Amino acid sequence: MTNTPHISVQNLNLYYGTRQALKNININIPDKKVTSFIGPSGCGKTSLLKTFNRLHDSALDVRVAGKVLVDGENIYDKQVEVTHIRKKMGLLSQRPFPLPLSIYGNVAYGPKLHGVKDKPLLDALVEQRLKEVALWDEVKDRLHTPATGLSIGQQQRLCLARGLAVEPEIILGDEPTSALDPKSTHKVEELFLELKNKYTIVLVTHILRQARRVSDYIVFVYDGQIIEFGPTEELLLNPKEELTKDYIRGFFS
Amino acid sequence: MPDTRRLLKERIAGTAMLVLTAVSILLTAAIGIGLYIRSEPLLARHSLGSLLTSSVWKPMKGEFGFFPFIMGTLWVTCLALFIALPLSLLSAIYLSEYAAPRIRRMVVPIVDLLSGIPPVVYGVWGVLFVVPLIQRSAGTDVTHFTSGYSVLAGAIVLAVMIFPLLISILFEVFSGVPLEMKNASLSLGATQWQTIKFVLLKKSAPGILAATALAVSRSFGETIAVLMVCGNMPLAPHAVTDACYPLPALIANNYGEMLSVPMYDSALLFAAFILFVIIFLFNLLSRIVLARIEKNLV
Repeated sequence: MTNTPHISVQNLNLYYGTRQALKNININIPDKKVTSFIGPSGCGKTSLLKTFNRLHDSALDVRVAGKVLVDGENIYDKQVEVTHIRKKMGLLSQRPFPLPLSIYGNVAYGPKLHGVKDKPLLDALVEQRLKEVALWDEVKDRLHTPATGLSIGQQQRLCLARGLAVEPEIILGDEPTSALDPKSTHKVEELFLELKNKYTIVLVTHILRQARRVSDYIVFVYDGQIIEFGPTEELLLNPKEELTKDYIRGFFS
Repeated sequence: MPDTRRLLKERIAGTAMLVLTAVSILLTAAIGIGLYIRSEPLLARHSLGSLLTSSVWKPMKGEFGFFPFIMGTLWVTCLALFIALPLSLLSAIYLSEYAAPRIRRMVVPIVDLLSGIPPVVYGVWGVLFVVPLIQRSAGTDVTHFTSGYSVLAGAIVLAVMIFPLLISILFEVFSGVPLEMKNASLSLGATQWQTIKFVLLKKSAPGILAATALAVSRSFGETIAVLMVCGNMPLAPHAVTDACYPLPALIANNYGEMLSVPMYDSALLFAAFILFVIIFLFNLLSRIVLARIEKNLV
């Protein structure tokens, strides 16, 4: 791997109550690349993604052991402030969840939390982020209407803009296109390809074709363990592990 | 033809439900109209304006001023809400957002149990505990004597009574906010408290309002517990330590006892009618506000 890792997971274990969902995970996620987690439902790929911004903190009966280093800093260290970690990452969930605010309010939410009060500055920020996700032209005349008035595809791009507004280094996508129609999916995928110049992107997806289209690296997760990790084409065309072979064959046959 | 039978059943079920709904609406209307008709004799003798604004209550002399009772009702209800709402909001937020599941499983049923305690028990508690407490702590003020039987006593008792109702509804409301929406806020670097303030409360605004409306309607009508601690003096209160006489207490204390006094029967039914109208207007108002909020959210 030529790049230095942006996220480095070391000996990570995760338990839901007594059930172990992640088993001794070790992986380095490269900087400014798209890395996709693939694997069957329930294999732990989403759980792994959520450990990156400590979203398990608010869930109950979840125990995490091990290290996740972001920029060399262990985010599970006791002294680390969770808000500081989360600010570094934009999260896209399976379905868009706009906050109960206007379109403008959604994008401005993050910057406002972190102390931006100047109105012209906020205006400029909102415009810039909405342009970044190619939504500006569609919404510029109704910025102050409720965000729920947008289509699902637009909402998902809005959520991306909202995430970008806190100037993250990493974008986490948890099957971000699973609720979208093909056209919106295509738009979001294109955005990822553009955004990877500036951000490290980690995607969870169950669509192999999508993983192939957008990612540089693929991680195959099965039963809470990482089975194989490698550059996209290499892993898909030339898998080393039997399990990976079976999984990919199942998809393409 | 099995399908015609199926459709017939569908029709019958639909009609039956419509009829039952209509009956309950008609019943409400009938009560309103009935109360109005029975208050007619009083209204024929006095103007509506003077009945509502006069403070003189001398049934023996045929003078019926309802102002003190209306004020008593409003004071007690508003103060009770003022005490209960912030407390229930915080408790419900704690239960839904912070509490460990073990605590939640323990506390929620207890709260539900509290709302099942008969009002008269709360009344006794008020007489034995709240009234003396107010008298001891406020009664020493020489310029303003209080027996302890007061607006404040009524409001505290009432607040404790609507508290469980508010908590259990608000808890449901907060639990209905999707976890992913809260996570969206958290993942932007918001603290939990910021998420509660900007997302949870905002998203729950219609539910909070509906819960409040329900609690207020309940307070307006609560009779026995309030009656036991309010002092029941037909004077409009000027301070929270003054005695007062809410409308339901007036009706409950006098109906059936002093009906030999001319017009008294009509006056009490008019009191009931006022109560009916207050609750009706209040519900109407909260509907309008609710519709406004929902329009802004969707």
